[in-house]
Amino acid sequence: MIQLETDVLVIGAGGAGMYAAIAAARDGCRVQLIDRSLIGRGGATVMAQMTVSVALGAQCPDHWEHHLADTLQAGRGLCDPLLAQLLCENAELRIREMDAWKVGWAREDGHLKQVHAPGHDRARCVYVDFLNTGPAVSRTLRAQLNRIDAIRRIGDVLVTDIVVSSGEAVGAVGLHLLTGETVALQAKSVIIATGGLTRLYRRNSGSLNMGGDGYALALRAGAELVDMEFVQFFPIGHLAPRMIGMDPIMWDPFRYKLGGRLLNAEGEEFADRYGQAESGNYVLTRDVATYAIYKEVEAGRGSPAGGAYLSFAHVPDADLRKAFGPVIDRLAKNNIDLSKMSVEVAPIAHYHMGGVRVNAAMETRVPNLYAAGEAVGGANGANRLSGNGITEAFVFGERAGTSAAARAKARAASGWNEAAAARALEPVNRRAQAAATPNTAALLVELQALMDDKVGPFRTGDKLDAALQRLLQMQQALGPLPAGATPYDMVCLDWLDLRNMLLVAQCVVRAAIERKESRGAHQREDFPGMLPEWNLNQRLSWCDGELNVECVPTARAATTAP
Amino acid sequence: MTTKTTRLHIRRGTPGAPARTETFDVPFTPGQSLLDGLRWIRTKLDPSLAIRFSCINANACKECMIELEGKAVYACTQRLKEGDMHVAPLSNKALVHDLISEIAPRDERLLD
Ligand SMILES: Cc1cc2nc3c(=O)[nH]c(=O)nc-3n(C[C@H](O)[C@H](O)[C@H](O)COP(=O)(O)OP(=O)(O)OC[C@H]3O[C@@H](n4cnc5c(N)ncnc54)[C@H](O)[C@@H]3O)c2cc1C
Ligand code: FES
Repeated sequence: MIQLETDVLVIGAGGAGMYAAIAAARDGCRVQLIDRSLIGRGGATVMAQMTVSVALGAQCPDHWEHHLADTLQAGRGLCDPLLAQLLCENAELRIREMDAWKVGWAREDGHLKQVHAPGHDRARCVYVDFLNTGPAVSRTLRAQLNRIDAIRRIGDVLVTDIVVSSGEAVGAVGLHLLTGETVALQAKSVIIATGGLTRLYRRNSGSLNMGGDGYALALRAGAELVDMEFVQFFPIGHLAPRMIGMDPIMWDPFRYKLGGRLLNAEGEEFADRYGQAESGNYVLTRDVATYAIYKEVEAGRGSPAGGAYLSFAHVPDADLRKAFGPVIDRLAKNNIDLSKMSVEVAPIAHYHMGGVRVNAAMETRVPNLYAAGEAVGGANGANRLSGNGITEAFVFGERAGTSAAARAKARAASGWNEAAAARALEPVNRRAQAAATPNTAALLVELQALMDDKVGPFRTGDKLDAALQRLLQMQQALGPLPAGATPYDMVCLDWLDLRNMLLVAQCVVRAAIERKESRGAHQREDFPGMLPEWNLNQRLSWCDGELNVECVPTARAATTAP
Repeated sequence: MTTKTTRLHIRRGTPGAPARTETFDVPFTPGQSLLDGLRWIRTKLDPSLAIRFSCINANACKECMIELEGKAVYACTQRLKEGDMHVAPLSNKALVHDLISEIAPRDERLLD
């Protein structure tokens, strides 16, 4: 076993984790920043292409209270108001700091340029050209990290559990993927910044590292999860023809700039059947577009791959090239000529509103354990406003880093507990005794198909029950121990991923079964309509191998630790 | 429709052991990436095949670099083609397992 020790341990090096590491080091702590992938490359942050919301008032007068009002509105009454306020109020500080670190926010007439994204009441979103927000953000934060000696960056380490002693977090354990050796990470405080869970779904916009590890880590450590039923789908993810080297959510900017027509298999525009007419402009909200596409497919009018057609055939060539010059060439390499053909699009899993429950200091109910970024639940309620994802990563990351640093400074030692660490590592250490495991790669694909088919944006009690049944069977099939012990053992890695993904999938399904109404990203076809008696947040906890779901009235103003 | 095939010859092994080449037939669909083919092998034939990637489509993570016919390529942007393709781990990096080599910057590694 490889032993490491530090003040603040940050798990996950996306926007939230990198910001947390910088903030904790700034407050005088030694930091270890761990990622299962490469630093700043494995998660959603580097993949983001578009906008970041912040009430700067640079483009037009604005105030964070307006941003908050829009965030709460999008969240359909379920946002944790303190977290939402923190996000909106602190956004400017972080966006300006990133600007000082030369991220390169687009400028116009001597001020930061802000665009008007759907759901916002005014031009509020900054970005980096061209479709380069995520890579620029990642590069900038990495450059800052590299300048700070107190931060040790370590990639290729998969954290498999938080180590808890006497109810307190004392560090974590994991696997060094390159050698297959186990790793003990002692720390005075720990931050979970592992991002979202969209890998649970077959059609998703995310990466391999977004199987919801942090939710499973938090749950097993004794923390609570909240709002797990709310998975945001992006309506027009690319489906066909196979397009490589490009993000599947790339059609959104095309629609912003050029409109584009959404057509069914019969070549008809159909959005108006579902309450919103388009006429060439991009006004369709995400939920209506998602619904309309699902319904057309269900009615047998879907495209061959099971989605809708998106057509730009009415847009003159010159306009296409003017708006997206180099991107048009990349499309050509994929044999896609937008002037002659349409592409197929469908809703894909994109972001998770739910997550680890924290207070405004990013503290979970487990002492010394914090969370940040998309791993946190609550700020966005039942639906996230576009642009709030990156802002949340910055703001919550910084806050978690500051809080965890204060905590670490107040503690003399980690309080590491060998026996607890050994228990956490048990399955990994007993790898050699594993019976033959099923084809883990195939099981993963099956899980993703199950979630797509039965736990998508449109749900029924029957489908959800069937999904839960199957998840429990799959857990049985997976078995109690991982197999394989070679360096970078894919079978062992799949097993560990499946262990978390199956648990997190159950959280989503259980919460979705309970919520017998339709709200935001959770639409029950058997319970249409939003009900006032469901102005509740569902909290999940793990106790003696059982998942507990509890309903709590949405917080109004709680200032104490959860 | 006749099914077309890609025959993937993959150099496999771990450090210290002699490398071997294994051959897998993968159904060929035009437009697919080399990574699609390698992932298909894992789900359908051999889940132990070690390959590394994060972003799958976006070409953002840069983790999937391997050698195709002796030249470094991104498996996720390289197209699958009909017929034979020979892939191997990067020859200028330390081997980890099968197609995975050590790619992390030196100061981001756990061990040196
Ligand atoms: C394609 C795409 C486009 C987007 N576009 C936008 C946009 O334009 N604007 C916006 O506001 N939001 C956007 N979002 C959402 C936004 O990018 C994310 O919400 C945000 O970046 C999350 O940051 P994070 O640091 O919390 O997580 P991530 O950036 O996902 O980082 C999490 C990190 O944790 C690591 N990790 C996970 N599990 C473990 C483990 N067990 N052990 C060690 N490490 C682990 C991962 O490898 C990863 O590096 C987009 C998302 C996607 C997928
Ligand atoms: S898989 Fe990310 S660049 Fe190839």
